[in-house]
Order: sequence, then structure tokens, then C-alpha cells
Amino acid sequence: MTTQPVRFFQVGSFAVGNRLLPSGDRTVQSDADRTNSLDAGHRACQGCGEALGARYAIDAAMRATAGRLLVVNATGCLEVFSTPYPQTSWRIAWLHSLFGNAPAVATGMAAAMKVKGKTDVRVVGQAGDGGTVDIGFGCLSGMFERNDDVLFICYDNEAYMNTGVQRSGATPPAARTATTEAVGSQPGNVFGQGKDLPRLAMAHDIPYVATATVADLHDLEGKVERAMQIRGARYLHILVPCPLGWGSASSDTIRVARLAQETGLFPVFEAEGGQVTAVSPIRHRTPVEEYLSLQGRYAHLFGEHPSLDVIARIQAIADHNIARYGLDPGEHDDAGPEGGRP
Amino acid sequence: MFQIRIHGRGGQGVVTAAEVLSMAAFDGGRHAQAFPSFGSERMGAPVVAFCRIDERPIRTREPVMEPDALIVQDITLIHQVDLLAGLAPEAYVLLNTSKPLDALGLGDLSRRFQSDRLCTCPATEFALDQTGRPMPNAALVAGFAALTGQISLTAVEKALRQRFAGPIGERNVAAANAAFRHVTRSLAPRDPATRPVPTQAHAAAD
Amino acid sequence: MLRQIEGSRAVAETVACCRPEVVCAYPISPQTHIIEAVGAMVKSGALSPCEFINVESEFAAMSVSIGASAAGARAYTATASQGLLFMMEAVYNASGLGLPIVMTLANRTIGGPINIWNDHSDAMSVRDTGWIQLFAETNQEAVDLHVQAFVIAERLSLPVMVCMDGFILTHAIEGIDVPEQDAVDAFLPPFEPRQVLDPDDPVSIGAMVGPEAFEEVRYLAYVRQLEALDLIPAVAADFARGFGRSSGGLVRSYRTEDADTVVVALGSVLGTIKDAVDARRDAGERVGVVGITTFRPFPVQAVANALAGAQRVVVVEKAFSVGFGGVLSTDVALATQRSESSLYTVVAGLGGRPITRRHLETMLAAAGEDQLEVLTFLDLDTGVVEREQARMAAATTRPGPTAEFVLRDLALRQNGEVEP
Repeated sequence: MTTQPVRFFQVGSFAVGNRLLPSGDRTVQSDADRTNSLDAGHRACQGCGEALGARYAIDAAMRATAGRLLVVNATGCLEVFSTPYPQTSWRIAWLHSLFGNAPAVATGMAAAMKVKGKTDVRVVGQAGDGGTVDIGFGCLSGMFERNDDVLFICYDNEAYMNTGVQRSGATPPAARTATTEAVGSQPGNVFGQGKDLPRLAMAHDIPYVATATVADLHDLEGKVERAMQIRGARYLHILVPCPLGWGSASSDTIRVARLAQETGLFPVFEAEGGQVTAVSPIRHRTPVEEYLSLQGRYAHLFGEHPSLDVIARIQAIADHNIARYGLDPGEHDDAGPEGGRP
Repeated sequence: MFQIRIHGRGGQGVVTAAEVLSMAAFDGGRHAQAFPSFGSERMGAPVVAFCRIDERPIRTREPVMEPDALIVQDITLIHQVDLLAGLAPEAYVLLNTSKPLDALGLGDLSRRFQSDRLCTCPATEFALDQTGRPMPNAALVAGFAALTGQISLTAVEKALRQRFAGPIGERNVAAANAAFRHVTRSLAPRDPATRPVPTQAHAAAD
Repeated sequence: MLRQIEGSRAVAETVACCRPEVVCAYPISPQTHIIEAVGAMVKSGALSPCEFINVESEFAAMSVSIGASAAGARAYTATASQGLLFMMEAVYNASGLGLPIVMTLANRTIGGPINIWNDHSDAMSVRDTGWIQLFAETNQEAVDLHVQAFVIAERLSLPVMVCMDGFILTHAIEGIDVPEQDAVDAFLPPFEPRQVLDPDDPVSIGAMVGPEAFEEVRYLAYVRQLEALDLIPAVAADFARGFGRSSGGLVRSYRTEDADTVVVALGSVLGTIKDAVDARRDAGERVGVVGITTFRPFPVQAVANALAGAQRVVVVEKAFSVGFGGVLSTDVALATQRSESSLYTVVAGLGGRPITRRHLETMLAAAGEDQLEVLTFLDLDTGVVEREQARMAAATTRPGPTAEFVLRDLALRQNGEVEP
């Protein structure tokens, strides 16, 4: 019997509720019994991508481990806005130590669980991009190299937002920050190699590396779940727009995150053992202007005399990503809206 | 308190010599303290180690500056290091060499030190014969036992077996015995005609 | 059992008897022999269960210890010198979070100029971190202090640092009674953390504390450290009962009864000082020495009592505050502020310079005649200093690096190329 598969293009990547899906396929967030790991009442800004990403990721990790989870948090926005003394928004076992040591603290927790035979208790380390790609990178690389049983999550908002939007190693070219002001002949951040941490993680040949954005909940949760099925060092890099630092509307957080992926500026993929195993193809290939123009940090590229050359260079980065990861929708004719997911 | 200074080069087991020496003294029911001259570990570089032996607990932590005995594991150091610094005329001196002192240009040593306290010992040869490796330390510790009587050969053997497990320990014990016999023979007879070649020079100088 | 054994090896075997569950370390001289031996015991299975983690820096070593301790495991690490500074942020964090980590500090100076040898600059640099700091006079005491350190740390939920002189103790081979497993088990109960990360009873640890509460939180840390002043002697007394020898405590006096001049010092130099004191006593001088075992918390009252009868207090210390003088001296000064005694600081043994009995005796003789300067640098080669000062003063432009010129000056004189 020939059947015609039905594609629910409105489910999955762009929808949170997923009422059209069987209950088992629905997101963790759609479940009334989710942990709410990062509970209401915290002090994050309106439209904070990091708060969203952390709740999605940790709730998914709690589901995947049946609540047997320890979390260590690097210093940064997430830590500051979630635990103003004497309150805490965390409904989980949670520790904050320092800015640059979260991966090593996570190693210590995992070692403690191993030595005590509590191998059902798993460990997640989390940090912003500063705590991951810059000050925490030594500890992170060590954790990767030893293949410690830790999932490390980077919530990447592309600058030091907690201290007032200063440049980090993850800040993209041309972006204005407090330390890469939009002045002079080359306003904003320099064009450089950037510090592409997912690829650096892959170079450690750890079992699992993935990227995600807060715009695609199904994908993000699926990657956390996959990560928790694996033992050893795992790395998840989540793009989390920051309305304050990016100069985007609080109501545009999901939209901006989605555009980062749809333009090719933020490739969404999975890698196992150092090899890319799956990518999320771009559904509607979008020019970078659409992404850049929503953000005040790129305002100097537009206006009366737009910097077409700079925008072209950014477009070239996006095109390079699309080629490198095979993100072009033309290469994935049979793919559903999530790159192979039903 | 009896204090020993051992000179050698990195890789020759100088610190181990001090350790074994202290273990043998400890076995003899005395207090002993062995320690190296601290520095970066580099093969071939001059190394010094010390040992103190006493009937009472040893409290001092200063380096040994006026040793009662000197052991030189590598005679080539003679021109690079002030080997004799702090040595009194009555000090014991044990040199690792198969050559006569005169041949080494060290003839004046026999005038500076007492003949029954100055001795050469071909420890590297004994080590090569018995262990196949040019590590003179075990032989020299036994030679020291024969020269000074501060520790017994039995205690040296025990310490060597404790420090080097299995056959390596036994081979070092064999090298130690050879050296002990050599030094004992060198010192015992007062008749120059029967003394081994290396010490004839001292006898003549006496 | 009493054995002729290297200090580091004895400490490693003792630490293993304390059943640490997570040990991590990054190599730095002169701490290496300790962690190598612990690592070998974990690898062979002699120490089990234990996770031995080779980390990429001292910062990670302390951070792994923090994670392990917060998750309820008994954690141990060891470091020295630059390594301690490299982990400094985490050193503060461990005590701030109240985690009972035990760390060996194989005392070594801090560069530059780089120098791998012993003094107490490293320990002094962390005196305000909130760690309990114990100083070992001998390898026997180093061994014993580690057993006591775990008890003290876990009863107070505070980290403890056992300071033992690098090379002088760590690399010395001597008769040491290494505690037996049964005795340690009877003395040190299993770790029952005061606070722990537990999925069944989740808590947040390490919250941000603002001005409204920070002072109170820090005050409570101060009060908890002061509790150690009662606990440390009690643990030392328990130890003496269990092991039949006296180790640890706050301070120890030697021949101070009727002493006019009392030396105060930390660590292994006390042994040499005791020999010097005996010699001066034999010469008819009334001298004694007080060794400080517990440096943090500083036992103000115990030090004051120990120095009560002294007319002159001479603090011999292997560290100093550049631009001021003694470090330990300022603490001792506070303890003796109500007495009439004169206080002298003798800086000695910097960067591994041997402290000899002869130098100490000369110094004590000068002190007895009230000829000692308030601040003295023992065995200072004033000739080298004056020549370098003259060279710097004479140079019109770019005089160059001082340390290298001092070395050159010494080498030329040693080789006889310049009149000594």
C-alpha cells in the first residue's frame, strides 16, 4: 500500500506547543510536569535568550536523567540573575564557584559521583561565552581531553553581557561592544578567525558536540537528550540572543536566533567522535542584512551610507558556513523542516 | 654526629647512595638523615647529596658543610667542583676510580689525608661486572662501610635489597660485596708490597 | 611503623590512609614526589576507591577539588609556589564556600626571579584566604598533621593547608613513623559533609551575596576560624592518645622558661634553631624558641603566653613584605603589644639560602647584647648589594636587569676574574 507521508510544517522547529504531535514526541517544555529548573522570579532582562536556553536545556537534562543531575554554573549573567542572595531560582542541585573553572568543578563532581558509585547522577556544567571560550577554555579543554563524564553547555550571547557588553572571543566581526566601539575606520569588532568553540571541541574528538539555538526547541531538547545518552565529555553550544547587548527588541529574541541560523551565520549541527553527523538545513535562506539590521550592535553598518563592503564580508562568512556544513536547502530535498526529523 | 657528603653527576644514583646509606644506619639502630642538594634534575650535571648519622634525633636542617666523610662517585668532578671544601685532615675520603691517585694528578691528597682514611675503589667496574650498568652507588656505600665502620655490610645489603627489588637488588649486593672486599684489602695490610696498586701511592707517601 | 623513608613518600602514604576519594594535582617542584606516589597507589589499586585526576593547571586542581568536595567526596591536592598563586582565585573560593579540602603546600618561594627553592613566600601570600594553615617542623609532624588536617577540616567544614618546607622536608629521607591504616580509621571518621549537592535534596551553593549580607557572612567565617583555636589543640590531644606521640597544636615552646631572648619561627628551621639555642644555653645565655604550628587562625593568646617572660622576641622568618619587613612579625607584634619586650625581625633562608647554626648563633649573640637591628637580613652579602647599587647609580641609560648582573658579579668573583 502506498502512503503519502504528511508533513506538519508548523510543528517541530518553529512551534513550542506541538499539540499536533503524539504526546511522546512533544517537547519537555510543553509538559506540565517539567522541572522548571530555572524557576520564575529570577532577575533576567525581558526577552533574555540565556534564561530561555538554560531552562530549556536543564529541564531537558532533568528529564533525560530522571532528575539525577548536578549542575555547576560559571560566573556570569545566568549565575547573577538566578541567585540574588538569599533567593535562588534553581530547583536543582546547583553550584556556582568561579568564572573560569566550571568545567573543572564539573570534573570534580563527576569524579565524586563515580567514586561513590552513583553513576546514575550526571553532571552538567554551564557558562556564557566568556566563561567558555575565553577564561574557562583551559579548564574546558582539559575536561575534553580527559573525556570526563560531563555535558558542558555554552550559552553564547557573543560578548561579556554581565559586565556591560564587552567583547569576548565569541564576538562576531563588526559587532559593536563597549570595547569595540562603532568608531574609527573599522567600526565594531575586527574581522578575525573568531574562536569557533564547537570546532575546537570536535578537534578534541570527544563523543558528542552539537550546536543549537533557542529558536528551535525541539532540536535543542533532542540534542540535550542525545547528549545525556552518551558517557564522556560532551559539548552543546547554544546561541542565546541578548536584547541588551545586541540592541534587539525583547520580543525579537526567537526571531533573531532563527535568523542567525537561516542566514548561515550560526550553523546548527551535530558531531560525534569529531565528525559532523547531522546538520539543520536552512529552510528559507536569508541574506545577512535581515539578521544584522534587527540589531543595534550593527547599526553602524546601515543608515544613510550603508557599509556594503562590510555586509558583504559578513555574507561571505555565512556563505562559507553554508558550504562547509552543507546547509543549503537544495542539498536536502527530502528533508523535513528540521533536517530529517519527522 | 657523623656527616657524609657524596658528589656525583645526575643519573649516577647520588641521592640513592645517600638514601641507602641512611637506611643502613637506620637499620643499625641509629638516627639518620639523607637529603640531596636540591635543584633541577638534569642528567650529567654535578649533584651533591648528604647524610647524617647520629645516636640522637637529628634536628638540624642546614647543609653538611664540614663532612666527616666524602664519597666521590665521579672523579672527573675534581676539576669542576670544590670537592674537598670543609674537609678536615682526619676526614674519610672514598674516590671512585681504578687509577692511582698520582695518575689522576691527585697525589697531594695522600699528604692531606690519613692513609687509613683515604681510599680509591673501582666502583663503576664492580657495578658493570655485576649489574651491567655503570651505577657506582651501591659499591661505594659498601666501600664506605668498609672504610669507616659507621654502617655494617649486612645493613648495606639489607638496604639494597629493600631499595632494589628482586634480581637487581642481588646484583647490587654482589657489587657491594666486591667493593667491601676491595676496600677492606686496601686498608688492612700495612705491608706496601701486598697492597693493591691504587693505594701504593699513599703507602709510599706515608 | 618507623621506617627510613622520604618525607614526600611518607606524606603520600599517610594521605592514602586518610582515604581521599578524589585527588587531583598538577606537577610543580617540590610537591611532585607526593602526588606521584599517591597517583601510583591509586593506579595500583592500593588506594581505592579513589579518583586520581591529572589536570591541566593548579587552577583546575583546586577547582576539581571544589567540585568533588561540594558533591560530598573527601578531596586532597598538593601544590607549591607559583602553583598556589595560579590557583589563588579557587583557594579563596574553597574557603568561602566552606569546603573541607586538605592541601599540602610544599613551601617554595615565589618568583621572579624564578627560584625553585624553599622559603615561606607562598604560604604568606595566602594567609588571608580563610584557609587553616598548619606548619610542620619535621617530616614526622608533616605526616601527623595530615591526619589531623582531615579531622579539623571536616569538623569545621573549612579547608586546611599543611605547610611543609619544600626540599628540606619533602626530599629528606629520615626515620618516620607512618601511621597504620587501622589507627587512621579509628581517628578519622568517614566524611559527613555539612553541605552537599544532592539531587534528592537540591540546594544552591555559591549564590551572589550583596552588601546587605556580605559582612555578616564573612564575620561568620572569621568566627568559624576562631573555633579552630579550640579544636586544633583538642585534635592534637586526641592524636597523642591515639598514636602515642605529640604533634600539632597551636604553639610549642623549647627552653623558654627563664629565657630573656626568645626566637619565634615556623617550620623546619626550628630544628636548626633548637641546636643553636642549646649551644647558646651551653654558653650561659638564656635563650629559647617558640615554634608556631598553627599560623592561621593565628593563636594570639597562645603566642602571648609563650612569650610572656621574654625581654627580646626575635622572629626568624623565611618571607618578607617588600617595602615593609616581616610578615609573621606583625602578627607576633600584635600578640606581644601588652608586653615590654623588644621585637626584632630576622629575614632568613630566602629562595633556599641555607640557614646555618653558625649564622643563628651569631645573630643570637648580637641580640643578647642588644646589637641586633630591628630588621636584619641574615647572611646578606652586602658587597654584592653595594656593587649593584653603585652600578645602577652610575648607569646613565638602561642599566639592565638587576638579577642577571648580581649573578654575573658573583660568577666573576668566583672565577677570580675580579678581586673578591
